[in-house]
Amino acid sequence: MSTSILTLNSVSKRFSKPLDAAAKMANMLGASNRAITVHAVDGVDLAISEGEVVGLVGESGCGKSTLGRVVAGIHPASEGSMTWKGQSVAGLDDAGRKAQTLAIQMIFQDPMSSLNPRMRVAEIVGEAPVVHGLVSKAEKDAYVDDVLAKVGLDPTYKQRYPHQFSGGQRARIGIARALAVRPEFLVCDESVAALDVSIQAQVLNLFMDLRRDLRLTYLFISHDLGVVQHISDRVVIMYLGRVVETARTEELFLRPNHPYTKALLANVPRLDARKKTFELIKGEIPSPINPPSGCHFHPRCPMAMERCKVERPALREVSSGQWSACHLNNG
Amino acid sequence: MASVLSVTDLKTHFFTRAGVVKSVDGVSLHVNRGEVLGLVGESGSGKSVTGFSIMGLVDPPGRIVEGSIKLNGRELVGLPEHELRAIRGREIAMIFQDPMMTLNPVLRIDTQMIEAVQAHESVSREVARIRARDALGKVGIPSPEERLSAYPHQFSGGMRQRVAIAIALLNNPALIVCDEPTTALDVTIQSQILAEMQKLCAQTGTALIWVTHDLTVVAGLADRVAVMYAGRIVESGPVDLVLDAPIHPYTDGLLGSVPSRGKRGEPLRQIPGSAPSLARLPEGCAFRPRCEHETAACGEAPLQRIFPGERTARCYNPLTMLASA
Repeated sequence: MSTSILTLNSVSKRFSKPLDAAAKMANMLGASNRAITVHAVDGVDLAISEGEVVGLVGESGCGKSTLGRVVAGIHPASEGSMTWKGQSVAGLDDAGRKAQTLAIQMIFQDPMSSLNPRMRVAEIVGEAPVVHGLVSKAEKDAYVDDVLAKVGLDPTYKQRYPHQFSGGQRARIGIARALAVRPEFLVCDESVAALDVSIQAQVLNLFMDLRRDLRLTYLFISHDLGVVQHISDRVVIMYLGRVVETARTEELFLRPNHPYTKALLANVPRLDARKKTFELIKGEIPSPINPPSGCHFHPRCPMAMERCKVERPALREVSSGQWSACHLNNG
Repeated sequence: MASVLSVTDLKTHFFTRAGVVKSVDGVSLHVNRGEVLGLVGESGSGKSVTGFSIMGLVDPPGRIVEGSIKLNGRELVGLPEHELRAIRGREIAMIFQDPMMTLNPVLRIDTQMIEAVQAHESVSREVARIRARDALGKVGIPSPEERLSAYPHQFSGGMRQRVAIAIALLNNPALIVCDEPTTALDVTIQSQILAEMQKLCAQTGTALIWVTHDLTVVAGLADRVAVMYAGRIVESGPVDLVLDAPIHPYTDGLLGSVPSRGKRGEPLRQIPGSAPSLARLPEGCAFRPRCEHETAACGEAPLQRIFPGERTARCYNPLTMLASA
């Protein structure tokens, strides 16, 4: 693998809800309340090369958004370490830390809840670069025009408020805001999920143009395998907080290794699959509060063995560049 | 084959302070027994309002201003509310996108299901309860007997949608209108629901109208597809023909926008611009400002033309050059 711009080493993120006073009192009287801990991300290793687009796929509750937020620095990791351009993020000095935070920007799913409804577009896009000293106040206007043009928005609209735009345009404002601080790495969390198909296509094309023009690296989080297949170089599949498989996009879609990946791929509706009989993965996604033992997928897996119930499978390289966490691979 | 439902030239308009919004403006469609019709469109295309109109559920300021909706030959437009109530839930049922909005959160599932049975038939509670239990079993809910006495919040999203489907099936309706029922669900759960619906339709002969924005779901599920844009059906026909050789430039653009196998990394063939506001539609063909094939003729709204293979389209410049029959 070429030089990594970002690596995660067994990063975990737990959210706990400590016992409140009432529960503690009840415990004294013999109740058995326990603090609730959600293992949203459970020991994830990931390396992303410069200029690469990594698609992060999984169903609700698999921890993909949490992982994205850890990468973007919104949540600190509970365990594990992250390196940015070869340096440990924890060991960065203040200036280095600031540069790293600016270099990784995040684009959210719902622009209406991530854009301040009482700020004009010029402020939304222009505030951060001025605050961080990337442009002076005098240059702000011209700079905002430039950024808006880059994402395909007419700069004459910049005195408007977010509600005056359509969904697709709002998505572009969210992208412009992230680009305004000249990032090198974008975390896109379901950034096209809420858009209509024709608008989604426009925004996906914009992402690809920006990648080419600005040499960006992406962590592209989505539940939509079609979108991920289209835009990514490499795909990472998560299930209940863990990475179950990662491979180059072509290989993953051609030769999925993990039973969960296979099931996902078999279940994705596609344009070319007509009147198909939908196959079933049995059961539902278990709660991350109380995940199954061993391999998290074993209660739904058609190939589950005794071993899967007790032992957590490690990620192993099954073919060049393809890693899978399944006991079936060590025969 | 006789159509279960035939809609002719339906117009549902909303009379708002900002002007008349023609959400549905001349829609004609039909569904046969046991058939799945995919009604596809983007936000604001009028696909959901079409569904609501069929159910007789259009609230003021909206109303059906013109057209006919015939269910097994019986005209529904203009029926008094009490007669519509007798039909709704018995002959036509509807499944919505968000089951949390359609299930009553403070009533147990059995209460809601028994009510739905007894609303249309004078049967005892016990009989209704057994019917309810069997319906839950039919849609794949494990241990239906115990689950009957659960509340909606005790079910997961996928299970809740199954309950909604079970309620729709209670009275063996001739037609179910499904308004984006799997959009909020995860891929694996979506395919479980789609599989159940396929099986049930094949068994009971119930016709489905599947309202969705997702062409890929339609490809996998539907027999025929109707594509809506700005309140009109711009193209309809058998799924294979429409998806493989679209006639209308909008259908073609939609298909090009779907990211799919084999063209990774290449730019998607996008449709420029965005959908027009229904209150300020362009003159003539509503798709004209976004269309590459626009000609002078497009200034006048195109009528629905019939094409070979039981297809229709509203376009002066059909992409698949077939002589109109």
